[in-house]
Amino acid sequence: MSRFFYSLVIIIVGLLFIGKLVSLQLFYEESNIVESDPAITKNYLYPERGFIYDRSGNLLVGNQPSYDVMVTPREVTSLDTLEFLKLLDLEQEEFIDKMARARRYSTRLPSVLVANLSKESYAALQEKLRRFQGFFIRKKSLRDYYTTSAAHVLGYISEVNTDDVRRNDYYIPGENIGRTGLERQYEEVLRGKKGVSYVQKDRFNRVIGPYKEGSLDSLPQMGKNIHITIDKTLQEYGERLMNGKRGGIVAIEPKTGEILSMISGPTYDPSLLVGRQRSANYTAMYYDSLSRPTWDRSILAQPSPGSPFKALNALVALQEGAINPKTTYTCDEGFYVAGVKRGCHCGGGVRDLNSGLLHSCNAYFAESFRSFYRKFETTTEAHDTWEAHMKSFGLGDFLGTDLPTGAPGRIPSTEFYDRAYGRNRWVSTFVISNAIGQGEVAATPLQLANMTAAIANRGYFITPHLLKEVEGENSIDYKFREKRYTTIDEKHFDPVIKGMEAVYTSGTARFLQVPGIRLAGKTGTVENYTRIDGEKVQLTDHSVFVAFAPVEDPKIAIAVYIEHGYYGNRYAGHIASLMIEKYLKGEITRVDLEKRMLEKTLAKEYAKPTSGKPFEINEYAW
Amino acid sequence: MKLTNMRGNLLIFRLDWISIFLLLFLIGFGWVNIYSTTVGNDLSGPLLDLGTFYGKQLFFAILSLIAVILYSFIPDQFIERFSSVFYLIGIALLLGLFVFGKTIAGATSWYDLGPFNFQPSELMKMIVALALAKYLSDTQVNLRYSVHQGYAVLLLVLPSILVIAQPDPGSALVFFSLFLVLFREGLPLYYLTFVLSFILAFASTLKFGLTYTFIGALALYLSYLWLKPKRLKTPTWFNVSYPVILFTIIASTTWVYNSVFKQHHRDRFSLWLNLETNEDRLLDIKQSIGYNTYQAKQAIASGRWSGKGFLEGTRTKGDFVPAQHSDYIFSSVGEEWGFVTSALVVLAFVALLLRFIYLADRQKKAFHRIYGYGITSVLFIHFGINIGMVLGMLPTIGIPLPFFSYGGSSLLFFCLMCYIFLKMDANRLKTHFD
Repeated sequence: MSRFFYSLVIIIVGLLFIGKLVSLQLFYEESNIVESDPAITKNYLYPERGFIYDRSGNLLVGNQPSYDVMVTPREVTSLDTLEFLKLLDLEQEEFIDKMARARRYSTRLPSVLVANLSKESYAALQEKLRRFQGFFIRKKSLRDYYTTSAAHVLGYISEVNTDDVRRNDYYIPGENIGRTGLERQYEEVLRGKKGVSYVQKDRFNRVIGPYKEGSLDSLPQMGKNIHITIDKTLQEYGERLMNGKRGGIVAIEPKTGEILSMISGPTYDPSLLVGRQRSANYTAMYYDSLSRPTWDRSILAQPSPGSPFKALNALVALQEGAINPKTTYTCDEGFYVAGVKRGCHCGGGVRDLNSGLLHSCNAYFAESFRSFYRKFETTTEAHDTWEAHMKSFGLGDFLGTDLPTGAPGRIPSTEFYDRAYGRNRWVSTFVISNAIGQGEVAATPLQLANMTAAIANRGYFITPHLLKEVEGENSIDYKFREKRYTTIDEKHFDPVIKGMEAVYTSGTARFLQVPGIRLAGKTGTVENYTRIDGEKVQLTDHSVFVAFAPVEDPKIAIAVYIEHGYYGNRYAGHIASLMIEKYLKGEITRVDLEKRMLEKTLAKEYAKPTSGKPFEINEYAW
Repeated sequence: MKLTNMRGNLLIFRLDWISIFLLLFLIGFGWVNIYSTTVGNDLSGPLLDLGTFYGKQLFFAILSLIAVILYSFIPDQFIERFSSVFYLIGIALLLGLFVFGKTIAGATSWYDLGPFNFQPSELMKMIVALALAKYLSDTQVNLRYSVHQGYAVLLLVLPSILVIAQPDPGSALVFFSLFLVLFREGLPLYYLTFVLSFILAFASTLKFGLTYTFIGALALYLSYLWLKPKRLKTPTWFNVSYPVILFTIIASTTWVYNSVFKQHHRDRFSLWLNLETNEDRLLDIKQSIGYNTYQAKQAIASGRWSGKGFLEGTRTKGDFVPAQHSDYIFSSVGEEWGFVTSALVVLAFVALLLRFIYLADRQKKAFHRIYGYGITSVLFIHFGINIGMVLGMLPTIGIPLPFFSYGGSSLLFFCLMCYIFLKMDANRLKTHFD
């Protein structure tokens, strides 16, 4: 080979290198560099999360500063471990474990060593921190609760997980997201929008200033404060009444659909899910599978509604002309279904609509239900009509309230029974339990309260909701202002409401009277069953009560559901009447009753099914 | 001829000053970059601080100067006469590593000499070039004979094997670069075609798949047989064995790639040839194996036209490019000095190499010419592979950039290696009178 060949090869290689230098240094897209350039750090500026106020402007949720101790493993050179651990109140094994985890994540990027340091530890650490190389403090904002109640409604925030990050590219690991309740529902309103700043670092990794004079930066947008429809006083009072009981309370302002309180028992202090003990607290509650404090009974429990449904069935029968308020049926301390007698507790006698309601006569409603079905050619036709009426009260489907979870309840359709019994193989006698709110129907406390509101409004309701106002915005979503009419004519509500008022003045709820308040209500005592060792076992009835007051101008509609509380008025009724009194009058006159409700728990009742011993249900004494 | 002018002059006036200026520029500018990458926070310390990289490098630069001056007093015949002895000593030094060697970063390539480490493979580059020159300059030796081919190849392969065992495959590659000398000295060119086509076939099979490569190679080979000029004579054994080996390589590529190669080899190849299709995996490779290359490229790219200025390179000084003071030093040039200076450095290397070829060709003695080609090949392979790697054009192969990369033995022996040749050149006419 000649020398020219060698020279040529050398020149070609040199030209290739210069060509590559040209393409790299003169034509490389700079915009690609910002995100991946290690000398440019992208910092996020986090806006403060919006506050949450109750309906009268009381602060429910604010923010508190919190401090994370961060570590960049490769910068940790020498460390007085003993002193450091003492300052942080950390065990050595835990420290070693966490450092190993941080190193595994990245030696160059900071990881959280200790999250949510208390203010005291922070103060102590702050002074000495510069002696511990590689560690720094990241300040962030945590929720600060100004109430111990409404945990389920408010929900909580927690760190995003990998799924959140994948689903929504707004988030990066380490950020918080509203996980449940309103925090989740109004996440985008509350969180605001984080800002970005790019900083240029010098060769010692020190920040030397904004990158490109901040031309790529953006400012954070503050989260918006929201006002919710919850009445703080009523909510807190309701939760105190719920002491030791399981169940749900929902109170709605009928005219607006605003939820005044939404209580699930047992509940927890929302501040338990903030700070360093969050994980331990949550785990403890999560594994309490008997009382299930994290399960929101007010919107997720779907028991049979029981006798409050009688009012609704009466409305349907009136609307379809199956009965009129004067129609009477005779109660023989029970009624016959296909030749089998089913019992009634009302005492027997001739019942019309009013007395049927006030004594909660099973026979009267079974008979009127039957007459309703007889109006139609086929059972299917009758049942479809019934289903449509029922669903117009917001039952049997998700209500569309502004909470991320919910339950549809159940209004069984013809298809439902077709599936269960076979097509054309069931008749009205199969479904007659629905007449008295037992059988296949199911409703959440929220649905019961909403149904009551619809009765109080004489034929319409507004989708129950929790958002009252977003600060700086004109009005809330139209769907929370729109009237949803039921299929029942307004005129049919009067006799039913009269009957419900009679329930209160002289019927099953006559012991609940609140001086000076006209109240219309309906008790419910719901049979229920569970399985113990594979056997169906009946448990003590659920206590249910729905009511609205004052009758002449309804301000509150309430549904109370107490698991295994027995008679409708025993727990649910009393609690409902106390809540109404508290809301309408602001103070309680019946101090003895209040004391009893606050102190009395159902722990004994709840222990029965898991005790492993035979037990009695529906005990008279309480 | 201007022989009379030369006769009475001192050596210093007879040296090729073009080469020396180029060398001084490369060494000086290289040291500036080592200083910049390793100086850290405190600029007030003395330059000749042996506790620092730049201080050690400066020390070795001075040591190189002393060595060069000392060598000036040694007659050229000495180095020629004893080159076989040097070769034996070099081999012994490489063998000694297996017993006394010091391991740094997984390679047992150093002797521990107290404050300094000595890397015999750096010395060996020069020694092999000398030994090869010595052998090939023997008038009895003709590279047309396969026995002589065999001896010549053995001279290169023996140190290669010892170096690969350290393991330091990069340096082994340097010895193979001396094959270029063999071609210059008459080794038939088809050997080169041979090896190059195998490498090409391997890479092509990985990139384009078995079928396309097979068809392509077959088409090329057939057209070669069809079109080759009558006068181009290749031995029959070559015409037969070449396609057999070629197609065996093509057929076995996948197996070799998946079963013989380790994962980190595969990753380098897949990064280089852009083989990875799985996005996540690609990102993974980029962040692990490709991290160096990626950071180096970013650093160079951020230099733009004129660079960020001495000591102002933000990425490289932030320790973002690992091994930046050694193998990746060119990225510092790119970032702090920009395109113009980087291109100038490339041109300086090219000029030096071309100058050395020119000098080699004007030698009267075969030994001198062959040695000149030898060191040119050594410098060229360093230059080509190192900068190709830093610019991301070649897979990662650890090999320093001569005169630039930090490394005492490397600097010392490169200087000495070049100076030996320059002194030969200076004295090229002298032999006539002695």
